[in-house]
Amino acid sequence: MIVRISTEGQYELDESDVPTLNELDNAAVVACEAGDEEAFNTTFAKLLDLVRSEGTLVGDDHLGGSDAILPPPDSSMAEAKSGFNGEGLIPG
Amino acid sequence: MPGLSGRMSTVVKAKISKLLDRAEDPSETLEYSYQKQIELLQNVKKGIADVVTSKKRLQLQEEKLQQQVVKLDTQARQALSAGNEELARMALERKNVAQTELQSLDSQIGQLEQQQEQMTASEQKLRTKIEQFRSKKEVIKAQYSAAEAQVRISEAATGVGEEMADVGLAMQRALDKTENMKARADAVQELEAAGTFEDLTALGSGDDDIDRQLKQLSTTSEVDSDLAKMKAELGTGSAPAGQIGAGGSGAAGGSGASGAAAGSAAAEGSEGSEGAKEVTP
Repeated sequence: MIVRISTEGQYELDESDVPTLNELDNAAVVACEAGDEEAFNTTFAKLLDLVRSEGTLVGDDHLGGSDAILPPPDSSMAEAKSGFNGEGLIPG
Repeated sequence: MPGLSGRMSTVVKAKISKLLDRAEDPSETLEYSYQKQIELLQNVKKGIADVVTSKKRLQLQEEKLQQQVVKLDTQARQALSAGNEELARMALERKNVAQTELQSLDSQIGQLEQQQEQMTASEQKLRTKIEQFRSKKEVIKAQYSAAEAQVRISEAATGVGEEMADVGLAMQRALDKTENMKARADAVQELEAAGTFEDLTALGSGDDDIDRQLKQLSTTSEVDSDLAKMKAELGTGSAPAGQIGAGGSGAAGGSGASGAAAGSAAAEGSEGSEGAKEVTP
């Protein structure tokens, strides 16, 4: 699957990484809903790490959408939250 | 992966909405889409130019402040060798304020440089994708039936559309940061306008605003240690602050070869001490 880290680029990930990705994402949502900034930052950092270390950067000449899109790496919890609830992270 | 797209929809937006689902004429859609891409690319260039302008502005201010630091340091030395510790302290306090500003300017210039690099990389990436789209659209127009073309356009446009949205987002973030820095640069300019970094010889007017700012902003301990260092260098460490005349001649005697220079500094120093009296409550 292709995952984009906003403002950074697209990564191709193996399907076997999906369960871990899912787990971290759920933890990030929980932290966000609880307003636990520290937990959010830790989880979000892990999520980014996973995509960067397990994924392969997709070439600039690839023309295709992503299966999932992560917020920009320097997002605060508040920013991430407002991104999730509204139109989505990247306005269509 | 239903789990992923379903549950991630809050943190991770699954798939960008397809931009061109409803297009009637595929080739028209392609041209329109391509025009939009070129427009965005122009905007990115403009954004980069904005960042470069802000950076240059901050760099100019940095230069000015650096000159002030050197000047204030020299003035502190002159005042001290003339035995006027009060004036020397004031000059060092100002130097301290200027140095603090310098540090923050420096880190901001660094941040802007990063922004510039990031945006330049984004521009390059987008340019490649647009180029890719351009060649693909010709193939699509030539080879596919309307229905098929529709699907392929959708695919290609989703890729470019997502990239465009992402570059747009990166640009917005860069410009927001640049805005903050502009505000910061303006604040430094206001401080300058209020005379915070002004030449000490212009102190005669006894501006309350300057005094207040100095008290707020100066860090006494740093000034004290600067002063001590300077005293040690000048060999006037034991001269009592009150004895302006004696301190001045002591410095002239101690520095030997530069006696004439110290003498003229002493003359300036006594002028300065009058200035200092006016602003010292």
